[in-house]
Amino acid sequence: MDDEPIVRWYWIGDHVGYLGHLLADHAVIALVPVLIGLLLAIPLGLACARFPRLYQPLSAVFNIVYALPSLAVFVVLIPYTGLATQATVMIPLTFYALAVLLPTTVDGLRAVPDAVRQAATAMGYGPWHRLTSVELPAAVPYLIAGLRVAAVSSISLASVGALIGRGGLGYLFIDGFQRTFPTPIVAGIALIAVLALAVDLLLVGARRVLAPWAVREKGAGS
Amino acid sequence: MNWLTWLGDFFTAPDHRSGPDSIVHRVSEHLLLSGEALLYAALLAVPLGLLIGYTGRGVTVVTALAGAARALPTLGLVTLAVLLAGVGDSAVLLPLVALAAPPLLVAAVEGVRGTDPDVRDAARGIGLTHPQVLWQVCLPSAAPTLLAGFRTATVQVIATATVAAYVGLGGLGRYVIDGLATRKYAVTVGGALLVVLLAVAAQLFFSLLARFALPPGVRAQHRAR
Repeated sequence: MDDEPIVRWYWIGDHVGYLGHLLADHAVIALVPVLIGLLLAIPLGLACARFPRLYQPLSAVFNIVYALPSLAVFVVLIPYTGLATQATVMIPLTFYALAVLLPTTVDGLRAVPDAVRQAATAMGYGPWHRLTSVELPAAVPYLIAGLRVAAVSSISLASVGALIGRGGLGYLFIDGFQRTFPTPIVAGIALIAVLALAVDLLLVGARRVLAPWAVREKGAGS
Repeated sequence: MNWLTWLGDFFTAPDHRSGPDSIVHRVSEHLLLSGEALLYAALLAVPLGLLIGYTGRGVTVVTALAGAARALPTLGLVTLAVLLAGVGDSAVLLPLVALAAPPLLVAAVEGVRGTDPDVRDAARGIGLTHPQVLWQVCLPSAAPTLLAGFRTATVQVIATATVAAYVGLGGLGRYVIDGLATRKYAVTVGGALLVVLLAVAAQLFFSLLARFALPPGVRAQHRAR
Protein backbone atom coordinates (compact mmCIF):
# COMPACT_ATOMS: atom_id res chain seq x y z
CA MET A 1 0.00 0.00 0.00
CA ASP A 2 2.97 2.32 0.30
CA ASP A 3 3.29 3.49 -3.28
CA GLU A 4 -0.31 2.92 -4.28
CA PRO A 5 -2.11 6.25 -4.87
CA ILE A 6 -5.72 6.50 -3.68
CA VAL A 7 -6.96 7.01 -7.22
CA ARG A 8 -5.37 5.84 -10.44
CA TRP A 9 -7.21 7.93 -12.99
CA TYR A 10 -6.26 5.79 -15.96
CA TRP A 11 -8.19 2.85 -14.46
CA ILE A 12 -11.34 4.96 -14.40
CA GLY A 13 -10.70 6.06 -17.96
CA ASP A 14 -10.26 2.46 -19.07
CA HIS A 15 -13.44 1.26 -17.37
CA VAL A 16 -16.00 3.93 -18.22
CA GLY A 17 -18.33 1.45 -19.94
CA TYR A 18 -18.03 -1.03 -17.12
CA LEU A 19 -18.73 1.63 -14.51
CA GLY A 20 -21.75 2.80 -16.50
CA HIS A 21 -23.09 -0.72 -16.62
CA LEU A 22 -22.72 -1.12 -12.85
CA LEU A 23 -24.32 2.28 -12.29
CA ALA A 24 -27.37 1.29 -14.36
CA ASP A 25 -27.65 -2.02 -12.51
CA HIS A 26 -27.35 -0.20 -9.21
CA ALA A 27 -30.04 2.33 -10.13
CA VAL A 28 -32.47 -0.48 -11.03
CA ILE A 29 -31.75 -2.52 -7.90
CA ALA A 30 -32.02 0.49 -5.61
CA LEU A 31 -34.81 2.56 -7.15
CA VAL A 32 -37.37 0.08 -8.48
CA PRO A 33 -38.03 -1.07 -4.87
CA VAL A 34 -38.66 2.55 -3.86
CA LEU A 35 -41.24 2.92 -6.64
CA ILE A 36 -42.94 -0.34 -5.67
CA GLY A 37 -42.82 0.80 -2.05
CA LEU A 38 -44.57 4.04 -3.04
CA LEU A 39 -47.25 2.17 -4.98
CA LEU A 40 -47.90 0.01 -1.91
CA ALA A 41 -47.64 2.87 0.59
CA ILE A 42 -50.42 4.99 -0.94
CA PRO A 43 -53.27 2.46 -0.67
CA LEU A 44 -51.96 1.21 2.70
CA GLY A 45 -51.63 4.79 3.94
CA LEU A 46 -55.19 5.57 2.80
CA ALA A 47 -56.47 2.53 4.64
CA CYS A 48 -54.53 3.55 7.75
CA ALA A 49 -55.77 7.14 7.60
CA ARG A 50 -59.35 5.91 7.32
CA PHE A 51 -59.09 3.13 9.92
CA PRO A 52 -56.68 4.41 12.60
CA ARG A 53 -56.89 1.08 14.42
CA LEU A 54 -55.00 -0.47 11.53
CA TYR A 55 -52.13 1.98 11.82
CA GLN A 56 -50.83 1.07 15.29
CA PRO A 57 -50.06 -2.61 14.56
CA LEU A 58 -48.85 -1.88 11.03
CA SER A 59 -46.44 0.81 12.18
CA ALA A 60 -45.14 -1.49 14.91
CA VAL A 61 -44.48 -4.20 12.32
CA PHE A 62 -42.69 -1.83 9.98
CA ASN A 63 -40.65 -0.42 12.86
CA ILE A 64 -39.27 -3.91 13.35
CA VAL A 65 -38.84 -4.45 9.60
CA TYR A 66 -36.74 -1.31 9.48
CA ALA A 67 -34.54 -2.69 12.23
CA LEU A 68 -33.71 -5.84 10.29
CA PRO A 69 -30.11 -5.76 9.06
CA SER A 70 -30.08 -5.83 5.27
CA LEU A 71 -27.26 -8.37 5.02
CA ALA A 72 -29.13 -10.73 7.34
CA VAL A 73 -32.33 -10.46 5.32
CA PHE A 74 -30.51 -11.02 2.02
CA VAL A 75 -28.96 -14.16 3.45
CA VAL A 76 -32.26 -15.47 4.77
CA LEU A 77 -33.87 -14.99 1.36
CA ILE A 78 -31.16 -16.80 -0.60
CA PRO A 79 -32.70 -20.29 -0.37
CA TYR A 80 -35.93 -18.94 -1.87
CA THR A 81 -34.86 -16.39 -4.44
CA GLY A 82 -31.35 -17.59 -5.27
CA LEU A 83 -27.83 -16.31 -4.76
CA ALA A 84 -26.83 -13.19 -6.71
CA THR A 85 -30.29 -12.53 -8.15
CA GLN A 86 -31.87 -9.10 -8.30
CA ALA A 87 -34.95 -10.34 -6.41
CA THR A 88 -32.91 -11.29 -3.34
CA VAL A 89 -31.73 -7.70 -2.99
CA MET A 90 -34.85 -5.93 -4.22
CA ILE A 91 -37.44 -7.62 -2.01
CA PRO A 92 -35.89 -6.43 1.29
CA LEU A 93 -35.24 -2.97 -0.17
CA THR A 94 -38.94 -2.73 -1.06
CA PHE A 95 -39.88 -3.38 2.55
CA TYR A 96 -37.36 -0.82 3.84
CA ALA A 97 -38.81 1.76 1.45
CA LEU A 98 -42.33 0.89 2.55
CA ALA A 99 -41.30 1.20 6.20
CA VAL A 100 -40.15 4.78 5.52
CA LEU A 101 -43.01 5.74 3.21
CA LEU A 102 -46.00 4.42 5.15
CA PRO A 103 -45.67 6.82 8.12
CA THR A 104 -44.98 9.79 5.85
CA THR A 105 -48.04 8.95 3.73
CA VAL A 106 -50.26 8.70 6.78
CA ASP A 107 -48.82 11.94 8.20
CA GLY A 108 -49.45 13.65 4.88
CA LEU A 109 -53.05 12.49 4.64
CA ARG A 110 -53.69 13.47 8.26
CA ALA A 111 -52.19 16.90 7.75
CA VAL A 112 -55.11 18.03 5.56
CA PRO A 113 -56.99 20.53 7.74
CA ASP A 114 -60.55 19.51 8.54
CA ALA A 115 -61.80 22.86 7.29
CA VAL A 116 -60.30 22.16 3.86
CA ARG A 117 -61.87 18.73 3.78
CA GLN A 118 -65.26 20.14 4.75
CA ALA A 119 -64.95 22.93 2.23
CA ALA A 120 -64.30 20.35 -0.50
CA THR A 121 -67.38 18.40 0.55
CA ALA A 122 -69.43 21.57 0.70
CA MET A 123 -68.38 22.41 -2.83
CA GLY A 124 -69.86 19.10 -3.95
CA TYR A 125 -66.76 16.92 -4.19
CA GLY A 126 -67.50 13.23 -3.80
CA PRO A 127 -65.16 11.08 -1.69
CA TRP A 128 -63.10 9.91 -4.69
CA HIS A 129 -62.84 13.34 -6.26
CA ARG A 130 -61.93 14.86 -2.91
CA LEU A 131 -59.21 12.24 -2.47
CA THR A 132 -57.58 12.75 -5.86
CA SER A 133 -57.86 16.51 -6.08
CA VAL A 134 -57.56 17.63 -2.46
CA GLU A 135 -56.14 15.07 -0.08
CA LEU A 136 -53.46 13.42 -2.19
CA PRO A 137 -52.07 16.71 -3.53
CA ALA A 138 -51.92 18.00 0.03
CA ALA A 139 -49.88 14.94 0.98
CA VAL A 140 -47.36 15.43 -1.85
CA PRO A 141 -44.78 17.40 0.18
CA TYR A 142 -44.81 14.67 2.84
CA LEU A 143 -44.59 11.92 0.25
CA ILE A 144 -41.64 13.57 -1.42
CA ALA A 145 -39.87 14.11 1.90
CA GLY A 146 -40.34 10.40 2.57
CA LEU A 147 -39.21 9.47 -0.92
CA ARG A 148 -36.00 11.45 -0.47
CA VAL A 149 -35.08 9.52 2.66
CA ALA A 150 -36.17 6.18 1.17
CA ALA A 151 -34.34 6.68 -2.13
CA VAL A 152 -31.06 7.82 -0.60
CA SER A 153 -30.96 5.00 1.94
CA SER A 154 -31.96 2.47 -0.69
CA ILE A 155 -29.13 3.60 -2.97
CA SER A 156 -26.65 3.28 -0.14
CA LEU A 157 -28.05 -0.04 1.15
CA ALA A 158 -28.12 -1.72 -2.26
CA SER A 159 -24.33 -1.85 -2.22
CA VAL A 160 -24.42 -4.33 0.68
CA GLY A 161 -25.96 -6.76 -1.82
CA ALA A 162 -22.45 -7.13 -3.23
CA LEU A 163 -21.64 -9.42 -0.32
CA ILE A 164 -24.14 -11.93 -1.69
CA GLY A 165 -23.09 -11.28 -5.27
CA ARG A 166 -25.54 -8.67 -6.54
CA GLY A 167 -24.93 -5.14 -5.40
CA GLY A 168 -24.43 -2.98 -8.47
CA LEU A 169 -21.68 -0.51 -7.63
CA GLY A 170 -21.08 -2.35 -4.36
CA TYR A 171 -19.18 -4.91 -6.39
CA LEU A 172 -16.41 -2.33 -6.81
CA PHE A 173 -15.84 -2.39 -3.03
CA ILE A 174 -15.36 -6.15 -3.00
CA ASP A 175 -13.18 -6.02 -6.10
CA GLY A 176 -10.98 -3.22 -4.79
CA PHE A 177 -10.65 -4.79 -1.38
CA GLN A 178 -9.66 -8.20 -2.71
CA ARG A 179 -7.01 -6.68 -4.96
CA THR A 180 -5.81 -4.10 -2.39
CA PHE A 181 -6.57 -1.52 -5.04
CA PRO A 182 -8.41 1.54 -3.69
CA THR A 183 -9.34 3.13 -7.02
CA PRO A 184 -12.53 1.07 -7.65
CA ILE A 185 -13.66 1.66 -4.07
CA VAL A 186 -13.28 5.42 -4.41
CA ALA A 187 -15.04 5.30 -7.78
CA GLY A 188 -17.88 3.26 -6.25
CA ILE A 189 -18.38 5.63 -3.32
CA ALA A 190 -18.29 8.64 -5.64
CA LEU A 191 -20.77 7.14 -8.11
CA ILE A 192 -23.16 6.14 -5.33
CA ALA A 193 -22.99 9.65 -3.90
CA VAL A 194 -23.59 11.14 -7.35
CA LEU A 195 -26.56 8.84 -7.99
CA ALA A 196 -28.05 9.72 -4.60
CA LEU A 197 -27.53 13.42 -5.21
CA ALA A 198 -29.09 13.24 -8.69
CA VAL A 199 -32.17 11.41 -7.40
CA ASP A 200 -32.48 13.83 -4.50
CA LEU A 201 -32.33 16.85 -6.83
CA LEU A 202 -34.91 15.21 -9.09
CA LEU A 203 -37.26 14.79 -6.14
CA VAL A 204 -36.73 18.37 -4.97
CA GLY A 205 -37.55 19.48 -8.52
CA ALA A 206 -40.63 17.26 -8.54
CA ARG A 207 -41.83 18.88 -5.35
CA ARG A 208 -41.39 22.32 -6.83
CA VAL A 209 -43.54 21.31 -9.81
CA LEU A 210 -46.16 19.22 -8.01
CA ALA A 211 -46.45 21.19 -4.80
CA PRO A 212 -45.29 24.75 -5.47
CA TRP A 213 -46.91 25.96 -2.25
CA ALA A 214 -44.55 23.90 -0.12
CA VAL A 215 -41.62 26.29 -0.33
CA ARG A 216 -40.44 25.69 3.19
CA GLU A 217 -38.02 22.82 3.55
CA LYS A 218 -39.68 19.93 5.39
CA GLY A 219 -37.29 17.48 7.01
CA ALA A 220 -38.67 13.96 7.06
CA GLY A 221 -36.89 13.18 10.30
CA SER A 222 -34.46 10.35 10.47
CA MET B 1 -32.71 -29.09 5.24
CA ASN B 2 -35.17 -26.99 7.15
CA TRP B 3 -34.93 -24.01 9.40
CA LEU B 4 -35.15 -25.77 12.70
CA THR B 5 -32.37 -28.22 11.91
CA TRP B 6 -30.24 -25.34 10.65
CA LEU B 7 -30.73 -23.37 13.82
CA GLY B 8 -30.34 -26.46 15.96
CA ASP B 9 -27.02 -27.20 14.28
CA PHE B 10 -25.92 -23.63 14.71
CA PHE B 11 -26.73 -23.29 18.37
CA THR B 12 -25.42 -26.71 19.42
CA ALA B 13 -22.14 -26.74 17.47
CA PRO B 14 -19.29 -27.09 20.00
CA ASP B 15 -17.41 -24.19 18.42
CA HIS B 16 -20.39 -21.97 19.11
CA ARG B 17 -20.65 -23.02 22.74
CA SER B 18 -17.25 -21.87 23.94
CA GLY B 19 -13.99 -20.42 22.69
CA PRO B 20 -13.31 -17.45 20.38
CA ASP B 21 -16.09 -18.40 17.94
CA SER B 22 -18.71 -18.90 20.64
CA ILE B 23 -22.01 -17.10 20.41
CA VAL B 24 -21.48 -15.28 23.69
CA HIS B 25 -18.09 -14.02 22.58
CA ARG B 26 -19.35 -12.90 19.14
CA VAL B 27 -22.34 -11.12 20.66
CA SER B 28 -20.12 -9.27 23.12
CA GLU B 29 -17.70 -8.30 20.33
CA HIS B 30 -20.64 -7.01 18.32
CA LEU B 31 -22.07 -5.01 21.20
CA LEU B 32 -18.66 -3.61 22.12
CA LEU B 33 -17.97 -2.42 18.59
CA SER B 34 -21.47 -0.93 18.24
CA GLY B 35 -21.30 0.69 21.65
CA GLU B 36 -17.92 2.24 20.97
CA ALA B 37 -19.12 3.67 17.65
CA LEU B 38 -22.26 5.07 19.29
CA LEU B 39 -20.27 6.60 22.12
CA TYR B 40 -17.93 8.48 19.79
CA ALA B 41 -20.82 9.53 17.56
CA ALA B 42 -22.75 10.81 20.57
CA LEU B 43 -19.77 12.71 21.97
CA LEU B 44 -19.33 14.33 18.60
CA ALA B 45 -22.90 14.93 17.46
CA VAL B 46 -24.97 15.66 20.56
CA PRO B 47 -23.11 18.71 21.96
CA LEU B 48 -22.76 20.12 18.46
CA GLY B 49 -26.43 19.49 17.73
CA LEU B 50 -27.57 21.07 21.00
CA LEU B 51 -25.48 24.13 20.33
CA ILE B 52 -26.67 24.49 16.73
CA GLY B 53 -30.27 23.92 17.74
CA TYR B 54 -30.05 26.48 20.52
CA THR B 55 -28.40 29.22 18.51
CA GLY B 56 -30.33 28.36 15.34
CA ARG B 57 -27.18 28.94 13.29
CA GLY B 58 -26.21 26.59 10.51
CA VAL B 59 -29.37 24.49 10.78
CA THR B 60 -29.87 24.22 7.03
CA VAL B 61 -26.23 23.32 6.44
CA VAL B 62 -26.31 20.61 9.10
CA THR B 63 -29.56 19.14 7.81
CA ALA B 64 -28.23 19.04 4.27
CA LEU B 65 -24.94 17.46 5.38
CA ALA B 66 -26.73 14.86 7.46
CA GLY B 67 -28.88 13.97 4.46
CA ALA B 68 -25.83 13.68 2.25
CA ALA B 69 -24.05 11.47 4.79
CA ARG B 70 -26.90 8.99 4.50
CA ALA B 71 -25.82 8.32 0.94
CA LEU B 72 -22.36 7.11 1.97
CA PRO B 73 -22.19 3.33 1.61
CA THR B 74 -20.71 1.81 4.78
CA LEU B 75 -19.25 -1.17 2.95
CA GLY B 76 -17.29 1.18 0.70
CA LEU B 77 -16.05 3.27 3.63
CA VAL B 78 -15.03 0.19 5.59
CA THR B 79 -13.07 -1.40 2.74
CA LEU B 80 -11.41 1.90 1.87
CA ALA B 81 -10.50 2.61 5.51
CA VAL B 82 -8.94 -0.82 5.87
CA LEU B 83 -6.91 -0.45 2.67
CA LEU B 84 -5.65 2.95 3.77
CA ALA B 85 -5.15 2.34 7.50
CA GLY B 86 -4.83 -1.42 7.84
CA VAL B 87 -7.12 -3.87 9.60
CA GLY B 88 -8.04 -2.64 13.03
CA ASP B 89 -10.90 -1.43 15.12
CA SER B 90 -10.38 2.19 14.16
CA ALA B 91 -10.78 1.40 10.46
CA VAL B 92 -14.28 0.10 11.11
CA LEU B 93 -15.16 2.55 13.85
CA LEU B 94 -14.81 5.55 11.59
CA PRO B 95 -17.49 4.45 9.07
CA LEU B 96 -19.80 3.38 11.88
CA VAL B 97 -19.39 6.75 13.58
CA ALA B 98 -20.17 8.37 10.24
CA LEU B 99 -23.32 6.26 10.12
CA ALA B 100 -24.48 7.04 13.65
CA ALA B 101 -23.59 10.73 13.87
CA PRO B 102 -26.10 12.20 11.35
CA PRO B 103 -29.32 10.91 12.98
CA LEU B 104 -28.02 11.97 16.41
CA LEU B 105 -27.08 15.41 15.12
CA VAL B 106 -30.44 15.95 13.44
CA ALA B 107 -32.30 14.68 16.52
CA ALA B 108 -30.39 17.04 18.82
CA VAL B 109 -30.99 20.02 16.53
CA GLU B 110 -34.68 19.26 15.99
CA GLY B 111 -35.23 18.46 19.65
CA VAL B 112 -33.82 21.76 20.90
CA ARG B 113 -35.58 23.73 18.19
CA GLY B 114 -38.83 22.03 19.11
CA THR B 115 -38.79 23.55 22.60
CA ASP B 116 -41.80 25.78 23.13
CA PRO B 117 -40.45 29.33 22.58
CA ASP B 118 -42.72 30.66 25.33
CA VAL B 119 -41.13 28.27 27.79
CA ARG B 120 -37.68 29.40 26.71
CA ASP B 121 -38.66 33.04 27.11
CA ALA B 122 -40.12 32.32 30.52
CA ALA B 123 -36.93 30.57 31.59
CA ARG B 124 -34.89 33.61 30.50
CA GLY B 125 -37.43 35.84 32.22
CA ILE B 126 -37.02 34.21 35.61
CA GLY B 127 -33.27 34.86 35.33
CA LEU B 128 -31.73 31.68 33.95
CA THR B 129 -28.54 32.14 31.96
CA HIS B 130 -28.27 30.76 28.43
CA PRO B 131 -26.33 27.64 29.48
CA GLN B 132 -28.91 27.04 32.21
CA VAL B 133 -31.78 27.36 29.74
CA LEU B 134 -30.08 24.93 27.37
CA TRP B 135 -29.27 22.47 30.13
CA GLN B 136 -32.40 22.69 32.31
CA VAL B 137 -35.12 23.56 29.80
CA CYS B 138 -34.17 22.65 26.26
CA LEU B 139 -32.38 19.39 27.01
CA PRO B 140 -35.28 17.78 28.92
CA SER B 141 -37.74 18.96 26.32
CA ALA B 142 -35.50 17.57 23.56
CA ALA B 143 -35.18 14.23 25.36
CA PRO B 144 -37.91 12.33 23.44
CA THR B 145 -36.54 13.43 20.05
CA LEU B 146 -33.00 12.72 21.16
CA LEU B 147 -34.03 9.28 22.35
CA ALA B 148 -35.67 8.55 19.00
CA GLY B 149 -32.43 9.61 17.31
CA PHE B 150 -30.44 7.27 19.55
CA ARG B 151 -32.82 4.47 18.67
CA THR B 152 -32.35 4.99 14.94
CA ALA B 153 -28.58 5.27 15.30
CA THR B 154 -28.27 2.21 17.55
CA VAL B 155 -30.37 -0.01 15.31
CA GLN B 156 -28.47 1.10 12.23
CA VAL B 157 -25.08 0.59 13.85
CA ILE B 158 -25.97 -2.87 15.17
CA ALA B 159 -27.25 -3.88 11.75
CA THR B 160 -24.29 -2.43 9.88
CA ALA B 161 -21.54 -3.62 12.22
CA THR B 162 -22.13 -6.98 10.53
CA VAL B 163 -20.18 -5.61 7.58
CA ALA B 164 -17.07 -5.33 9.78
CA ALA B 165 -16.58 -9.07 9.46
CA TYR B 166 -15.97 -8.72 5.76
CA VAL B 167 -12.64 -7.02 6.39
CA GLY B 168 -11.66 -9.55 9.03
CA LEU B 169 -12.96 -8.17 12.30
CA GLY B 170 -15.13 -10.03 14.79
CA GLY B 171 -18.74 -9.66 15.79
CA LEU B 172 -21.79 -11.47 14.55
CA GLY B 173 -20.93 -10.70 10.96
CA ARG B 174 -18.24 -13.40 11.26
CA TYR B 175 -20.95 -16.07 11.19
CA VAL B 176 -22.72 -14.47 8.25
CA ILE B 177 -19.61 -13.93 6.16
CA ASP B 178 -17.81 -17.17 7.09
CA GLY B 179 -20.99 -19.15 6.51
CA LEU B 180 -21.35 -17.62 3.07
CA ALA B 181 -17.71 -18.27 2.23
CA THR B 182 -17.83 -21.89 3.33
CA ARG B 183 -21.39 -22.48 2.03
CA LYS B 184 -22.64 -23.39 5.49
CA TYR B 185 -26.01 -21.73 5.42
CA ALA B 186 -26.82 -22.93 8.92
CA VAL B 187 -24.04 -20.70 10.26
CA THR B 188 -25.02 -17.75 8.07
CA VAL B 189 -28.67 -17.92 8.96
CA GLY B 190 -27.90 -18.37 12.65
CA GLY B 191 -25.67 -15.28 12.62
CA ALA B 192 -28.27 -13.31 10.70
CA LEU B 193 -30.94 -14.30 13.19
CA LEU B 194 -28.78 -13.18 16.11
CA VAL B 195 -28.25 -9.76 14.51
CA VAL B 196 -31.99 -9.43 14.00
CA LEU B 197 -32.60 -10.35 17.64
CA LEU B 198 -30.04 -7.79 18.82
CA ALA B 199 -31.59 -5.07 16.65
CA VAL B 200 -35.10 -5.86 17.86
CA ALA B 201 -33.87 -5.94 21.46
CA ALA B 202 -32.35 -2.48 20.96
CA GLN B 203 -35.69 -1.23 19.58
CA LEU B 204 -37.53 -2.60 22.61
CA PHE B 205 -34.94 -1.17 24.99
CA PHE B 206 -35.44 2.30 23.58
CA SER B 207 -39.24 2.10 23.57
CA LEU B 208 -39.12 1.10 27.23
CA LEU B 209 -36.70 3.92 27.93
CA ALA B 210 -39.03 6.37 26.19
CA ARG B 211 -41.91 5.11 28.28
CA PHE B 212 -40.27 5.04 31.71
CA ALA B 213 -37.06 7.08 31.78
CA LEU B 214 -38.13 10.46 30.44
CA PRO B 215 -38.67 13.36 32.87
CA PRO B 216 -42.27 13.12 34.15
CA GLY B 217 -43.43 16.43 32.66
CA VAL B 218 -42.02 15.60 29.25
CA ARG B 219 -43.44 12.11 29.40
CA ALA B 220 -46.98 13.42 29.97
CA GLN B 221 -46.59 15.91 27.12
CA HIS B 222 -45.18 13.20 24.87
CA ARG B 223 -48.09 10.92 25.57
CA ALA B 224 -50.68 13.64 25.05
CA ARG B 225 -49.47 14.23 21.53
